[in-house]
Amino acid sequence: MTDPEHTFGFSTRAVHAGARPDPTTGARAVPIFQTTSYVFEDPESAAAYFNLQEYGNTYTRIMNPTLAALEERLASLEGGVGAVAFASGLAAQMAALFTLLTPGDHVVASSALYGGTVTQLKHLLRKLSVALTFVDPDDGDAWRAALTERTKALFAETIGNPAGNVLDIEAVAAIAHAHDAPLIVDNTFATPYLCRPIEWGADIVVHSTTKFIGGHGTSIGGAVVDSGGFDWSNGRFPVVAEPSPAYHGLAFHETFGTYGYLMKLRAETLRDLGAAMSPFNAFLFLQGLETLALRMDRHVANASAVAAFLAKHPQVEGVRYAGLPDSPYRDLVRCYLPRGAGAVFCFDIAGGRAAGQAFIRGVSLFSHLANVGDAKSLVIHPASTTHRQLDDGELTAAGIAPGTIRLSIGIEDAADLLWDLERGFAAAREARS
Amino acid sequence: MTETVPARFQDPQTIQRLLHDIRTIAIVGLSANALRASHFVGFYLQRHGYRVIPVNPRETTVLGERAYPRLRDIEERVDAVDVFRGPGAVPAIAEDAVAIGAGALWLQFGVLSFEGAAIAERAGLDVVMDRCLKIEHARYLGRMHWLGFNTGVITARRRLA
Repeated sequence: MTDPEHTFGFSTRAVHAGARPDPTTGARAVPIFQTTSYVFEDPESAAAYFNLQEYGNTYTRIMNPTLAALEERLASLEGGVGAVAFASGLAAQMAALFTLLTPGDHVVASSALYGGTVTQLKHLLRKLSVALTFVDPDDGDAWRAALTERTKALFAETIGNPAGNVLDIEAVAAIAHAHDAPLIVDNTFATPYLCRPIEWGADIVVHSTTKFIGGHGTSIGGAVVDSGGFDWSNGRFPVVAEPSPAYHGLAFHETFGTYGYLMKLRAETLRDLGAAMSPFNAFLFLQGLETLALRMDRHVANASAVAAFLAKHPQVEGVRYAGLPDSPYRDLVRCYLPRGAGAVFCFDIAGGRAAGQAFIRGVSLFSHLANVGDAKSLVIHPASTTHRQLDDGELTAAGIAPGTIRLSIGIEDAADLLWDLERGFAAAREARS
Repeated sequence: MTETVPARFQDPQTIQRLLHDIRTIAIVGLSANALRASHFVGFYLQRHGYRVIPVNPRETTVLGERAYPRLRDIEERVDAVDVFRGPGAVPAIAEDAVAIGAGALWLQFGVLSFEGAAIAERAGLDVVMDRCLKIEHARYLGRMHWLGFNTGVITARRRLA
């Protein structure tokens, strides 16, 4: 029995939530259920599972016990009522939106998002006949001014990629709720260890689990976590609340209450879009979550040391790490990210594009690649890679200059990271002379 | 936002004890429409071995069981009364639940009635409010964790106690 007097802490839940010992075999680690499908007990049970009258496994495109352990653990850590895993972070956030949107709707999103997200929202939503407005995430009036009668969701990142802006979650959630719309927050850069957006009013949290949750750069994945707190029956979301033609007239919100959005997300959106996570990847993400707290403390400590080093460096024109004492986001960090402002940030090297490229050629411990949130330290030049599809105006809105370099600080020894960065600066000096 | 439900009406210990102890559940407002939430709950509880007695004046039979117009018409022992009616109907249902000697009054999602709860509590009934009987069963005894829901269960034991 659970003891109502006792609440388990974050690190305990990171190790245990969702992972009851297997009742059949006693296996203590979460087994990798590498199966496409599940044998039904009898025709009545099969019918009950497909009708959603009973929680049961049917097909791994829709559910899988290894994924379920990951989903429950993520929901526990974020403070949500449940989660659904997806094949990637982009698949997760599109599914989160797709579930609640209909053609003619409108979305308001932060302009300082991951480049892949900007591209996805801008082009894919248009194909779905959904309108989109980008706003400066730091400007509450801009969020309010962008709202229309058809606005059905507000979308932002806890810590923007790569500009490092910190979202005033409570303020933007209040703007969303005054408009009877949900706030969707991408919490990839903070992880639930550093910030739990649901506690500040966010309705839906999305993740690229590829990053710090996996933590070792091995697997692509994503997830949607639902707070269970948004009232889908407020009249603005018939797509969630009314009987669904895609599920023989089932009214998800009425039938499943708090769990209605998640049931629809799984039983319709995941079923129909088909972007299911592989069980093996789910296993690796579960392994990653077990050490999330330990790793994030180290990531943050190293990131703080590197940011302080860069801030004093004569070849650096600016460091955009929200954890620096003179950051414009200092107060928001104190509020939302008291354990640290993450480990991904940008700096601008003196000498622009040429110096940036020489710097990247000069380092040998930092890996030059297009990912973040690995135990290994990573470096990239956004203007020529991750944000390549953005035009100059969009680049500026996302806080990126030609000489901007993005770092993802790993869990190596900080002294070795500073040594390697100094080699990069030496290479940049040589390139100039 | 809705009113805050006191913790004793959503107490995990009470809920788990009820799930273990009750066998016969009268469901007030059990619909014959297979797409209504009450039907989902009744169907599920039957599958998991509970005896379900429909209370619905507009039906004669639901889920293969004879339906009664009122709780007071039921001729056998009822362990728990599960309510799918508007909050305004709850005080009278609570009085009926007391009259037939039921052991618990269970009010589903959104069925908030402090007056009804007080009537049942004064007579010694356990009261659960704003919780779904199916979901709580699935959380503690069933397979809710198979679909990625946050059950709150943390255990290193092979079988749940």
